[in-house]
Amino acid sequence: MNKLAEIRVPANQISTQRRADLSIAVVGNPNAGKSTLFNRLTGLRQRIGNYPGVTVERHVGELTHAGKRIELVDLPGTHALSAHSFEEMIAVNVIFDRMPGASAPDGILAVIDSTNLYQGLYLLQQLVELDCPLVVALTMTDVAAASGIRIDIQALSDRLGGVPIHAVTATTGQGVGALKDTLATLNEQPRRTARPAWPALSEAAARLDPDHSVAEVGRLLIDGPDDSNEALASALLPEKQAAYDDIRAALFGDDEPLAVEARVRYGWVRATLGEVQEHLPVYKTLSAKVARFANLPIPGTIGLFVVMAIVFQAVFAWATPIMDLIDAGTVALSEAAVGALGDGAFASLVGDGIIAGVGSVIIFLPQILILFLFIILLEDSGFLARAAYLLDRAMRSVGLSGQSIIPMISSFACAVPGIMATRVIPNRRDRIATILAAPFMTCSARLPVYALLIAAFVPAQKIGFLNLQGLVLFGLYMFGIVMGILTALMLRQTALRGPKQPFMLMLPAFRRPNLRTVLIQLLGRARVFLYRAGTVIFAVALIIWALAYYPRSDEVANFVTAEQVRAEQTLSGDALDNALADIDNKAAALQLEQSWLGRAGKTVEPLFRPLGWDWRVSSAVIAGFPAREVVIAVLGTVYAVGDEADEARLSGRIRAATWPDGRPVFTLPMVVGLLIFYALCLQCAATIAVIRRETNGWRWPAFAWAYMTTLGYFGAMIAYQVGS
Amino acid sequence: MLNCTKTLASMKAGEKVVIEAIDTSDPLVRRLMTLGLVEGAELEHATSALGGDPIEFIMFGQAISLRREQARAFTVSPVGAGE
Repeated sequence: MNKLAEIRVPANQISTQRRADLSIAVVGNPNAGKSTLFNRLTGLRQRIGNYPGVTVERHVGELTHAGKRIELVDLPGTHALSAHSFEEMIAVNVIFDRMPGASAPDGILAVIDSTNLYQGLYLLQQLVELDCPLVVALTMTDVAAASGIRIDIQALSDRLGGVPIHAVTATTGQGVGALKDTLATLNEQPRRTARPAWPALSEAAARLDPDHSVAEVGRLLIDGPDDSNEALASALLPEKQAAYDDIRAALFGDDEPLAVEARVRYGWVRATLGEVQEHLPVYKTLSAKVARFANLPIPGTIGLFVVMAIVFQAVFAWATPIMDLIDAGTVALSEAAVGALGDGAFASLVGDGIIAGVGSVIIFLPQILILFLFIILLEDSGFLARAAYLLDRAMRSVGLSGQSIIPMISSFACAVPGIMATRVIPNRRDRIATILAAPFMTCSARLPVYALLIAAFVPAQKIGFLNLQGLVLFGLYMFGIVMGILTALMLRQTALRGPKQPFMLMLPAFRRPNLRTVLIQLLGRARVFLYRAGTVIFAVALIIWALAYYPRSDEVANFVTAEQVRAEQTLSGDALDNALADIDNKAAALQLEQSWLGRAGKTVEPLFRPLGWDWRVSSAVIAGFPAREVVIAVLGTVYAVGDEADEARLSGRIRAATWPDGRPVFTLPMVVGLLIFYALCLQCAATIAVIRRETNGWRWPAFAWAYMTTLGYFGAMIAYQVGS
Repeated sequence: MLNCTKTLASMKAGEKVVIEAIDTSDPLVRRLMTLGLVEGAELEHATSALGGDPIEFIMFGQAISLRREQARAFTVSPVGAGE
């Protein structure tokens, strides 16, 4: 019995994750330059994960200094230890060692913006009250000096009980060496003897519960019992409820505790600022003037739309040549592989399965990298906060938030980078609503399907000066937007209903983004996509390949050989080449018909009969579930014109396709239904994989898939039934 | 006391004020207090988005924006009247 008790070791000590000598949490206000400093300190030695069970990203970096391996955990930005948003709660829970799956930090690196000491000191005084080694990095000292702010660092350190403070310029690396020295010896720091900013609270907390940290008990006194301090509350309150209530009454009276805290602490902040800061910051620098102009209602809004147009143009147009190159490269490589390996299952696996599968993953990289280059630039320069501010009212009326605009616009090019871009939205409910609305935007993969069907079935007549085909395409775009907005509104009324989030934005002054930081962040995004989403996309591509390839039919193979022999005997020259190509196409069509995919298409045909689809369309649609643009290639194969068929031949074939009784398959109501189906259905494994990665679970991607597929099915059915 | 109460929501462009009193019943307002909008803080009206909402202020050299709904909770008085 006793032996068992002896070998029990706290889980965090046996974890293999914790190889570093020191684990230090990086804490700071949003926009205080935290990420820039984090990237400067750790460079490429960082990884992005998730906190268990939540959607918040966990950024961990490592540096080696003075023979010590130091792990830095970049916590979400927070203004205070009283958490309001979900992200802030994560930061506070890690600091108080309440985060499951994350161990307590050995020390804290507080990142404080020297141009915003007013809010910085509010957070800093609360960090000083923790029983945790602390070092302060005072950032943007160059900007502060330029705008006439002088800070007496020694006086500030004295005021905080001797906390080491380093002035750093993260963009140039000035002061970073000295900061690293302090970080490496942080756990040897002597205990502080700071005079608390709010003595009455600290004394009351020590009196109420001498066994727990003053800071944590102090928070319980202010915030009351809630989800995050549950453990402390249930240990303390049952027996000390009366003392707890008395202390609260004495401290706060009838007032709101949080309001009292803000008054007391900001009183201390103002007194401290008077001692340590010589000059009040002036909001009159050039960047501030630009910022103010950009925020004027009319020029600001126009400027915003210009920037949005450039982003959209870049993601849509600049990526296309690179994507075409990747596409052509994949095709060439796949053909070369098949040529080298000869006919057979292995050649097809390598060429059509593996190479095509890898191609289907990296084809997304150009758009992702271009979009994220813009997003990082816009975010780091302070533009994004302004966009959110300017669009707040308009986006609020459709159930989203100002920050949703970039993800939504990017989704017109591709929902994958669009959904990845939702990480700029701080409110979790807004974020998920945006993620679920994004796949409704008409992405570039829908375009070839629309183009094929519209060119084949919508007459190219003019309505006034408008082209009917263009009008139909425009209608499909609008249809997607409306459905996306309706989805967001519906979700905000039901599953994502929640308390209003405070809309408060610090609008940072425009800053020039740092190239190094931008590149490190860009690389991080690309890695996240390749590891987390790329693996799923690749797996799905292989599964679909197998379904379309197996089982092989000997009958078809024999038939092909016989046909080839007959053609060679009777024909020659170009006629022979054409005949052989036709036989190949016919063989591919026959093989597909009896493959698992073709059989699946025939099996589900009754299900799609109310939509007016025959087994060929059904198989193509099934094959298109991992990637909707595949439907063209499958239709090409199934109608025996080859998977690289040009549009004209394919549209000729599908117009001629008939049911066994001779009625045409592709009637106008059926085509309209098919278009509606493609507008609504979530036929994209990449999007599903990215939703899973961004919401950290299968719940939302499963919902999105079921919801959109249901909408698509019934939308197509209604169109067909009403039209016929 | 003057004849009517002036709030952060009823400021003219470029006006400078100091916060006199706060209606703390809205949790979002208490949140704004933890960001430094407390009694005695000085703010300057900068501009507003299209339609006058949200409003942007300058506080201690930082630009900060809030919605009209919350801005109403802050009673203010002009500063610099005597200077």
